[in-house]
Amino acid sequence: MSKPKFAMYWASACGGCEIAVLNTDEKVLELDANFDVAFWPAAMDVKYQEVEAMEDASLLVTLFNGAIRTDENEHMAHLLRRKSKILVAFGSCANEGCIPGLANLSTREDLFERAYSGPSTENPEHLRPQTIWRAPEGVLTLTPLQPVVRTLDQVVEVDYHVPGCPPESRQIAVVLDLLIAVVNGAAELPPKGAVLGAGESTVCDECPRSRDVKRLTKLSRIQELPSLDTTTCLLEQGLMCSGPATRSGCDSRCPNVGAPCIGCYGAAPGVLDQGARLMTAIASVVDEKEPEAIDRVLDGLPDPAGTFYRFSLAHSLLRANRAALAETP
Amino acid sequence: MTSQQERVGVYVCHCGSNIAGVVDVESVVKFAAEELKDRGVVLARDYTFMCSVAGQELIEQDIREQGLTRVVVAACSPHLHEKTFRGACERAGLNPYLAEMASIREHVAWVHSGHAAATAKAKSIVSGTVERVLKNEALDAIKVPIDAATLVVGGGIAGLQAALEVAEAGYEVYLIEREASLGGHMAQFDKTFPTLDCAACILTPKMASAGSHPKIHLFTWSEVEKVEGFVGNYTVSVKKKPRYIDEDVCTGCGICVEKCPVLVVDDNFEAGIGYRKAIYWPFAQAVPNLPVLDPDTCTYFIGAKTKDKGGCKACEIFCPTVPNSILFGQKEERVTLKVGNIILATGWELFNARRIPQYGYGRLANVFSNLELERMCNAAGPTGGKIVLRDGQTAPKAVGIVHCVGSRDRNYNPYCSAICCMQSLKLAHLVKERSGAEVYNFYIDIRTPGKDYDEFYQRVIDEGVHFVRGKVADVSDVPLGPGEESGKLYIQVEDTLAGLQRRIPVDMVVLASGLEPRHDSAEVGKTFGISCSTNGWFIEKHAKLDPIATMTDGVFVAGCAQGPKDIPASVAQGAAAAARVLSYIRQGELALEPVRASVVEEQCSGCRLCNGLCPYNAISFVEERRVSEINAALCQGCGTCVAACPAGAIQGSGYSNEQLFAQIEGLLREVRHETEVV
Repeated sequence: MSKPKFAMYWASACGGCEIAVLNTDEKVLELDANFDVAFWPAAMDVKYQEVEAMEDASLLVTLFNGAIRTDENEHMAHLLRRKSKILVAFGSCANEGCIPGLANLSTREDLFERAYSGPSTENPEHLRPQTIWRAPEGVLTLTPLQPVVRTLDQVVEVDYHVPGCPPESRQIAVVLDLLIAVVNGAAELPPKGAVLGAGESTVCDECPRSRDVKRLTKLSRIQELPSLDTTTCLLEQGLMCSGPATRSGCDSRCPNVGAPCIGCYGAAPGVLDQGARLMTAIASVVDEKEPEAIDRVLDGLPDPAGTFYRFSLAHSLLRANRAALAETP
Repeated sequence: MTSQQERVGVYVCHCGSNIAGVVDVESVVKFAAEELKDRGVVLARDYTFMCSVAGQELIEQDIREQGLTRVVVAACSPHLHEKTFRGACERAGLNPYLAEMASIREHVAWVHSGHAAATAKAKSIVSGTVERVLKNEALDAIKVPIDAATLVVGGGIAGLQAALEVAEAGYEVYLIEREASLGGHMAQFDKTFPTLDCAACILTPKMASAGSHPKIHLFTWSEVEKVEGFVGNYTVSVKKKPRYIDEDVCTGCGICVEKCPVLVVDDNFEAGIGYRKAIYWPFAQAVPNLPVLDPDTCTYFIGAKTKDKGGCKACEIFCPTVPNSILFGQKEERVTLKVGNIILATGWELFNARRIPQYGYGRLANVFSNLELERMCNAAGPTGGKIVLRDGQTAPKAVGIVHCVGSRDRNYNPYCSAICCMQSLKLAHLVKERSGAEVYNFYIDIRTPGKDYDEFYQRVIDEGVHFVRGKVADVSDVPLGPGEESGKLYIQVEDTLAGLQRRIPVDMVVLASGLEPRHDSAEVGKTFGISCSTNGWFIEKHAKLDPIATMTDGVFVAGCAQGPKDIPASVAQGAAAAARVLSYIRQGELALEPVRASVVEEQCSGCRLCNGLCPYNAISFVEERRVSEINAALCQGCGTCVAACPAGAIQGSGYSNEQLFAQIEGLLREVRHETEVV
């Protein structure tokens, strides 16, 4: 009997998810031993035409990382959905838009302006990338940018979710072990829509720091603090820590070493909008009465959208700003 | 259970013409019956008054005969009739929390005039409510025992009446009074309108019975600092200010007051026209019969503060009790009380007439406030009941009483203070009787709606008191023109009946200053969890049908704290509040709304963000399990923690995400249909 087929695809993302899979060390060999790796652009050369030629549902599982930002991303999402029995949204970009999703606060024109004519760019001729370029040697095409970043499940049906930016290698190993066990008949697939490789609570649950009633009178950035207490809650020390609103599963790696959680594991179970949750939670514990004093506390947050929605904007209730949304067909 | 399996009944109320006058009720019924059929609506009806017995029976009958599993009543605000319709469901055997109201009166008919748009909005609201009710879960009321002890705040006539009624029924009462004696404003008056019986003669017996009643525990010179808990189970923290008197030892002999050499103006009880000592009784019949020492004017305290040494101590030296009753070192005390119900009877304050400079109060010596004149008329007051000018001896030959000072005036208070017309008539009568002076009343309208009140007005007219209809423009001591002599006060007024401007010379002007809420009513309201109207009076639960209860269950209002009223109305409201409290006490336990927050322990990470947020202190942290916990009896279902929980680990029953999102979906049904068509 031939081995079941495995695929991994990299859409609009940084590549960290791919590295995280490789970081599982010898688990990759086990993957190879149990699966026929049919398509994995980062690891081997397989052309899109070859995927298109595959029979529908012939891939047992595809780990899809990256958001849907371009026409090519969308095309591949539909293609891999068709070819895969199990489609896994792998990593924060595919699940909630992640850092690329913050681009939804701008229109494409604003993005190009910033990227190609911004203060750090030398571009006196105002060159812009073109989707079609007729060169003497032939026609070059570049996939068009879509108006907003979307998550995989906003484009196609998704079977499972593995959160994290990137997912922790320890947790990836758990997911791979599960898949291998399923292949070998030693385990059953969890119910469709399940979140794999993560906890069922929030980061605070795993954080060893002591915690007390929260009373925020000042928010600081870490570099502004003269010193950091190593044993008490970072939020209580005035650092904007997203741990209370972020799904557990990372073993609270950042708070463990004194860096506030930035929220990469996404919303807690059952929570629809991580940013909104975090915002109401932080606003609730600002311990000031006068409007001016409240403003002073909130001034400690120079980038509220980028802080509360650092990872989840594209999958939030708002999704994008009006101007960007207006360009969607 | 899916919506297909539920059987929803929709009832649309006409509310006479309140709803039907604006909303096309039949069209809403048709919409529910036809368009919402696929959402589980099996029948839709309309009725003139759903809240009537017949309307309620309609629902009960349908639940029994049509097997309804969900009920939507599109009528008024749930504030008004949610209980009514939930009761109807319960009688028919349906869990009351499977019924919802759609407010198409307050939210639609009363705020819109366009029929088509109002009808469309009513349909949207009904659609949203149907979607919501499909997600409702059956809930059971939470039973809590009622503590039989009652807190009464304010020892004026309203509070006294309430305290005595509850105590007479055999239950403990804690009566808190900010001043040193019971009595309130009524104790300052000489006579009461319209019968002219002596205020003290009818008030002091009540004060004395409250003071000696075995069930009434007096806390005078005390204030409530903090209130925690909920109906039936309040924990109240009371601050006892130091009297510098040993209450257990003092016999009230009064030697200390007699020997105290310091005389100061009494701005409080004597309204600034009399004196008291540094150690004093608020007034002769004070209850409890204990003096109070004012450290701000006492020689010993001033000395101790400024020169590291006291002085005087005459009170202590002459005090005959053993041990000595004077305790210079007495400190503030805090007492914690457990009560089931609270009656707020915190009264009123006098409008400060200095705010109207053209009337000259505080600037022209012989302009008096009505309260000053009350003290002057009082036989036990500073003048022994004689009506005299500020010099303390000259009797006035003409007195002008100015009505509506600070009331019915958009520059100050827009409301009518309710009692000043009658008080001014009473003062006019007393001045005329005691001094024989000519008395002029300057009024806008005379308001005498009480029993025997207008008869009293006619009597005062017959006695020869002059009435000038017009708002006084100005009171001046400067003579204008050759006909006017100096040393008089001139009242400039437009006599609107005669149609001319008049300047009336008098010797004394009395300003009928209106009633204002206590200066700290907003803070007091916050302490007790109730709110104030824009004018500052405590808001009752319903202006007509429940003028005694408040939106916080177990907190009742009585007397002028709720709005200006006269003595009979204050007494009636005090007694009514007591009746409500007694009804609660007799029930023994109360069924609380089961709309409560609860923590899903598996999802709680113990971040403690919610711990400091609960206004009812219902949240505690369980150190061993590292989770937060909510006390269901303390929780009032306000939802603050539900919104704040960053992990979504706190759920509010009756207000789940599913219910709210379903409701939004339902509300936007038409929008969705339109976009789908496009």
